[in-house]
Amino acid sequence: MIETIAFYIFSAVLVASAIMVVFSSNAVHSVLFLILAFFNAAGLFILLGAEFVAMILVIVYVGAVAVLFLFVVMMLDINFSELRKGINTYMPFGIFLGIVLFIELVFLVFQGWVAPPSGGPALAAPAPMLTEISNTRALGQLIYTHYLYVFQVAGLILLVAMIGAIVLTLRHRPGVQRQRISVQINRKRSESMVIRQVSSGAGAPKL
Amino acid sequence: MIAAIPEFGIALPEIVFAGLALVLLMIGTFGKERSMGLVTALSAASCLVAILLVLLMDTATATSFEGLFIVDKFAGYMKVLVLLGSGLSIVMSAGYLQREKLQRPEFPVLILLATVGMMLMISANDIISLYVGLELQSLALYVLASFHRDTIRSAEAGLKYFVLGALASGVLLYGATLVYGFTGTTSFEKLAALHPAEGVQTVGLWVGMALVASGLIFKVSAVPFHMWTPDVYEGAPTPVTAMFAVAPKIAAVALLVRLLMGAFAPLVHQWQVAILAISIMSMAWGGYAAIVQRNIKRLMAYSSIANVGYILLGLAAGTERGVESVLVYLAIYLFMTAGAFAVILTMRRDGQMVEYLSDLAGLSHSRPLLALAMTVFMFSLGGIPPLAGFIGKLYVFQAALEAGNHAATAGMANAFYIAAGLGATISVVSMFYYLWIIKIIYMDPPAAPLDRPAGAGLSGVVLVTTLFTLLFSLTFVVGPVVGWADAAAQSLTH
Repeated sequence: MIETIAFYIFSAVLVASAIMVVFSSNAVHSVLFLILAFFNAAGLFILLGAEFVAMILVIVYVGAVAVLFLFVVMMLDINFSELRKGINTYMPFGIFLGIVLFIELVFLVFQGWVAPPSGGPALAAPAPMLTEISNTRALGQLIYTHYLYVFQVAGLILLVAMIGAIVLTLRHRPGVQRQRISVQINRKRSESMVIRQVSSGAGAPKL
Repeated sequence: MIAAIPEFGIALPEIVFAGLALVLLMIGTFGKERSMGLVTALSAASCLVAILLVLLMDTATATSFEGLFIVDKFAGYMKVLVLLGSGLSIVMSAGYLQREKLQRPEFPVLILLATVGMMLMISANDIISLYVGLELQSLALYVLASFHRDTIRSAEAGLKYFVLGALASGVLLYGATLVYGFTGTTSFEKLAALHPAEGVQTVGLWVGMALVASGLIFKVSAVPFHMWTPDVYEGAPTPVTAMFAVAPKIAAVALLVRLLMGAFAPLVHQWQVAILAISIMSMAWGGYAAIVQRNIKRLMAYSSIANVGYILLGLAAGTERGVESVLVYLAIYLFMTAGAFAVILTMRRDGQMVEYLSDLAGLSHSRPLLALAMTVFMFSLGGIPPLAGFIGKLYVFQAALEAGNHAATAGMANAFYIAAGLGATISVVSMFYYLWIIKIIYMDPPAAPLDRPAGAGLSGVVLVTTLFTLLFSLTFVVGPVVGWADAAAQSLTH
């Protein structure tokens, strides 16, 4: 009973906030509604028993992606009402795409996705029963044990991406002032100060 | 439940090689440009170490990492070829980078990391490991293509390669999802064990297989997925082009062979026709489009497209003989292409790289030995007996004719006969532009002489590859190569 109520609350808030993301006139409000939508989606995942996906959704999407969106929205000077001007021209096309996607979804749900007949033993990684193992543990076993090799190679790919980004963009400009802490704190007074006697009324002596 | 620790030993060459690449990255990062010579020398040495490790490894077929990774004689043969190709391009790049003020130690390190990706591709035994190996290789190559970032052409080459490569990856991934969706597995072994009769939804599997193969055919730059090749080859720094023409192609062909002859072996009658068509189109387009090229790097791009056509003809046969001919052809292709690019890399005038065919005029007067080497490579690429290129084509045509003799239907048999006949005809046509280069070298009025000296690394590469190309048909050279290729092909098809 409580689960059903929770499901309807989460779903209703999710759909409402998703609508508000599109229709609110203030971009910052849009992002905040997006965060609300993420939290409610995470709630739905918990109801499904997928607590790991729920946590990932909150940590990655709310913690990183949405904050990044906020930064972008606040730092870039974009006039959103200007962007909205063409909305009437694109609206029919957008509605058309939405209808196509919706029909496809309906087909998927009612026509039913037929699991491959050779499934079962041939399946790469059949989902384990929730009663046997928690899904965090099951995912961990899959990613870090079963697919250890792929995980490691993915690390190498990220390393190459990092090297590539540095190789292609890093330029050493001459004349840039850099901090050299040891040099700075080891400076002596004799190296950087000259004390001169200035007689009154004669002005500063020439250096 | 604690899973057993996977058998790391069979991936020893890859692990050691990747570790060496990381050590060299550290040396390069801290040593900056001063360490360039050291890093380059050690990178080439790492390739040698990896070749030794591959050769010393037990060559019996074995899998590890839950069946994601496979080692067999086929993988050993291909890895040696890829490592040779990468090692040669590192040696060839040293002088170029020095002259172009591109002395950044990341260059050899990126080649090493790309090579790790290629080795993983060769040993892939699952669609997921196929994809990660492919991406590791491609990502490093995108960066290498635009390594000369201050010239527009290099940046353009990198961007073009990246965008089209990403598209090909997308196509491949979409195919992979279809294969997984319709069979429930990504493992090559399990895919090979599926029998089409057992109610597998075959149309979906066919489409998936076609899309995965298309992604790989893009990487080997066969027609109709070849458009990026001439532009990228022309724009990329010449040592990178030399690398592109050799090692990644060998790795992608290896992957294609393992995928089609292994995982999709039950569907051989479905893919055979497509590969045959792609092979004919590549041979024809590579042969004809090269005729109008005036830039030698573009010409080599079309030449490599045509060569891939011949290689795919061997694969289309779908037999052990076919795989063997592909392996022999790849070994020959490696040496003659690397040699031709080594000659192209010596083409400098007043400190600038020159890359037009007309710049070769008078080479026979100023550099008679270099001219002779280029003549050998061109004759070999054209397929003049008794040079290496002729032997490679002979093996491929033999495999195709044999496949024609044993074809299930008369139509298929005729297709093989026609393809072999067309291949022979096109290789005569392509002789035109190879002979054209030789004519420019020996008969045209001499242009200003090229800069000297070529550099010890380049001269060494030219010497070794010329000797290999010249002497390949002697029994003591061709015998071991063919014997090894035969064993490798057997390990794949049995």
